[in-house]
Amino acid sequence: MMIKGAIERITGPVVIAKNMLGSRMWDVVRVGDSSLLGEIIKLVGDRAFIEVYENTNGLKVGEPVISLEKPFSVELGPGLIGNVYDGLQRPLEAIEREQGEFMGKGIRINSLDRKRKWNFRASVKEGEDVAPGQVIGAVKEGSVDHKIMVPPGITGKVKKISSGSFTVDSTICKIGEEKVSMLQEWEVRRIRPYKRKLGFFDPLVTGQRVIDSLFPITKGGTACVPGGFGSGKTVLESVITRNCDSDINIVCRTGERGNEVTEIINEMKGDRDRNDKPLMEKSILIVNTSNMPVVARETSVYTGITMGEYFREQGYNVVILIDSTSRWAEALREVSGRLEELPGDEGYPVYMESSMGEFFERAGRVENLNGSTGSLTLIASVSPPGADFSEPVTQSAMRSSKVFWALDQRLSWRRHFPAMDWLVSYSNYVDELNGWYEKQTEGWNETRKRIMEFLQKEAELERIAKVIGVEVLPEREKFLLEITRIIREDFLQQDAFDRVDSYTDINRQHSMMKRVTKLHDDGMKHIEEGKKTAEFLDKKTRERFAKMRDEV
Amino acid sequence: MIEYQTLTQVTGPLIFLDGIKGVGYGEIVEIEVNGERRNGQILELNKDRAVIQVFEGTRGMDIKRTKVRFTGKTMTLGVSRDMIGSSFSGMGKPLEGRMVIEKEMDIHGMPINPVSREYPKEFIETGISGIDVMNSLVRGQKLPLFSGVGLPHTELATQIAKQARLPGGEDFLVIFAGIGVSYDDIRYFKREFEKAGALERIILFLNKTTDPTIERLATPKIALTTAEYFAWELGYHVLVILTDMTSYCNALREVSSAKEEIPSRRGYPSYLYTDLASIYERSGKVKGKKGSITMMPVLTMPEDDITHPIPDLTGYITEGQIMLSRDMFRKGIDPPIDLLSSLSRLMAHGVGKGMTRDDHKPVSNQCYSIMADVERLRALISVIGEEGLSEIDKKYLQWASGFEKGFISQKRDERRSLEESLEKAWELLSILPEDRLKRIDKETKKRYGFFNDKEKS
Repeated sequence: MMIKGAIERITGPVVIAKNMLGSRMWDVVRVGDSSLLGEIIKLVGDRAFIEVYENTNGLKVGEPVISLEKPFSVELGPGLIGNVYDGLQRPLEAIEREQGEFMGKGIRINSLDRKRKWNFRASVKEGEDVAPGQVIGAVKEGSVDHKIMVPPGITGKVKKISSGSFTVDSTICKIGEEKVSMLQEWEVRRIRPYKRKLGFFDPLVTGQRVIDSLFPITKGGTACVPGGFGSGKTVLESVITRNCDSDINIVCRTGERGNEVTEIINEMKGDRDRNDKPLMEKSILIVNTSNMPVVARETSVYTGITMGEYFREQGYNVVILIDSTSRWAEALREVSGRLEELPGDEGYPVYMESSMGEFFERAGRVENLNGSTGSLTLIASVSPPGADFSEPVTQSAMRSSKVFWALDQRLSWRRHFPAMDWLVSYSNYVDELNGWYEKQTEGWNETRKRIMEFLQKEAELERIAKVIGVEVLPEREKFLLEITRIIREDFLQQDAFDRVDSYTDINRQHSMMKRVTKLHDDGMKHIEEGKKTAEFLDKKTRERFAKMRDEV
Repeated sequence: MIEYQTLTQVTGPLIFLDGIKGVGYGEIVEIEVNGERRNGQILELNKDRAVIQVFEGTRGMDIKRTKVRFTGKTMTLGVSRDMIGSSFSGMGKPLEGRMVIEKEMDIHGMPINPVSREYPKEFIETGISGIDVMNSLVRGQKLPLFSGVGLPHTELATQIAKQARLPGGEDFLVIFAGIGVSYDDIRYFKREFEKAGALERIILFLNKTTDPTIERLATPKIALTTAEYFAWELGYHVLVILTDMTSYCNALREVSSAKEEIPSRRGYPSYLYTDLASIYERSGKVKGKKGSITMMPVLTMPEDDITHPIPDLTGYITEGQIMLSRDMFRKGIDPPIDLLSSLSRLMAHGVGKGMTRDDHKPVSNQCYSIMADVERLRALISVIGEEGLSEIDKKYLQWASGFEKGFISQKRDERRSLEESLEKAWELLSILPEDRLKRIDKETKKRYGFFNDKEKS
């Protein structure tokens, strides 16, 4: 029996339909004669509250509502990589080809191209027993070996499998009585299955000195990046996606400015990664400008993370970047308001924090059903109003993540980039990563600690100097302030647009830090002997350190 | 057309109508009150009841005699080339003259597909140093003025509208949407354009303080629909000024409250962000189209508070902001552009070699960097007094006062070319010793010459 109801009430993007008994929460529905897409967000008796993804102008009371009887799902399979989607996985470039420059209503275009053929190479033989998640073959997509896996829920003997050129929805394999294609569908709000979560092992190497050396993130870890107006968040994110050692990047721009989205698309399309391959060959972009439907904005993060899980299952290291969590929370707040729920802190729904917690939990390093190991690293920015970190979204995101990269507007005024406040930022992964770093470059842990100590000491001295003036400080402290200035200007600052400076590998990062600690130790000896700071730190020495960043 | 006379309730700007059938959400209605015609729009449909917002307000309405007719249309605007040089009401009705309508357009517009946008990077010279050198505006950008009641934002917006020029010297078509503006502001704007002999390149939409608040909800949409017609269909470069967006948001709050919606922050509805985005995001450039829409919304921050929902949400949609400061205005700096709180997010790609001048970016960076140091110095002075400062610190302060008085400040009718502005900036930078100017490389310093002479002497 098809569930077919009728519109009873329309208020903005929320529609209430009667006679909807039997429909479930989060099921997708087609609303009205123009069959707009929507999602059930509340059920009362036989009435379903539906958030419509598109503009509801023109809808009438009494028009039909039909339930598709499944929750919002995305298509997974070859064709994802290099694509630009909106939050509902609608392919924006295909839409442009079909509809022109402006987004109309009632768009129905498949997320994965049904016409394109892929060269499938089978890797199992007929007669083999296979289970969910098992790799049965692969296609080459961009620079990625896109592995084709047995969909969840299917177990049995391979009756027939053939290599060759196929479209994404044609049968490539028969397992028992089930026909299997390269296309899988998955509900975005459900975690894809894996065997177990693993501990962390290695960092996501970003080439950013302040990150890798001071506040590292693990592969499979979670980071929260707050940054107010103009703190250089976007630049930092794009330098991370370009330089980090991931296999797949998913960039999820939710509620973004239209022009910035264009910049990101252009930039990513023209960009090359560390291995000098086009960045889009390992990336998927999900963009939702703030004037696109609010539900699409709310859903986009789930769309992104589901794709991330799918590639993690193939044994890859995936990075997903959410920008910004605040826009997502904003969408949650808006939907909650439409549902007439009682608002919590700052008008956000009371379940915002638990929703966010659940979402962050989908990141991690796991052992997959097929035995491979993969990771999904989540980097989520937040945009606190007035750069106030005590606001609810920042707080929830902090509680849900292990790394905190605090971008500070004041630093960006001083043109200190990346504007990451070294006194407020932290990483809870340092201990877990010690082993890995020590193996790469001995003594890393000790050097890192000393650099951090210098910076802490500087903050103290600056407080004192504020009251009594710098001139009165003892010589050794004046010297330390010069050392920390070198740390700040010649180590922590990094030019994202300079080909050399924008990436420093781990060994060089360590050797740069060691040069600074050595300068400190040598200098202190001279100071103890009565020399002045200026005598030891002459112009030449300073210049040598200023050039340190540009050496290869 | 069926006529209904079944009003059950009149609340604030809303009327509730029962027993209706077959009408569409968002539809436009005609209302007859004692022989006078008003317009409204359906805000909510619930079974056979419609909630309608009345644009001209509900004054004088009664339950028994008011008649309502549904038009079956959503809200459209008749647009025409004849609009140039004319004034319209906040609802888009011509205040003078006639025009031949060329096209009817839905005032809500349609979102631009993000992949169809073209990234804005052509520099616009506003003739104002604090903007051109420090926070450059580019074609297709939306850059708001964050201001406070009593600050000279109208004057600044007017000056920008008047002076803004494209690289080829081409002028903009200026669309000015006054949303709840006083008669004085309108007169000032008109007079300034008249003085400049530029009335033939503006279109005015005026919702005055005395007009019904509810009309304010339509004014920005109507102005932008007009802008879209000229930009996308006729190839004009359009500059849209929306002032004051705070009045718009307050009207939105009024309607929300009359509908008895659950209020979010400070009583504004939870969908304020989406609503604002649907306005601001109508600016930009579209691939393959000649025209562009550049937008400058003006908003007065209640209590000068930047964390208030209106500036907060605006800031997350627009590409930066020009912030006006009350403290600076009190000190006689006019326009009181507070640089450390201002930002143009699209500047980076729009200035520099090949676009403006190769020293543009470094000079701007340098001034910002010194400004931040000065800020710290001034905090220090409040503790230890000016006597405790070193010689070099004093030079910084000397720079700052010169910068605020001679660079940021400028007369209302003073148009400085970018060259003149940059020259002023260089002159001021030469107050400081060369090795303090770390943001500008040696080459550039040499080329623009100020330090060579000094070293010789």
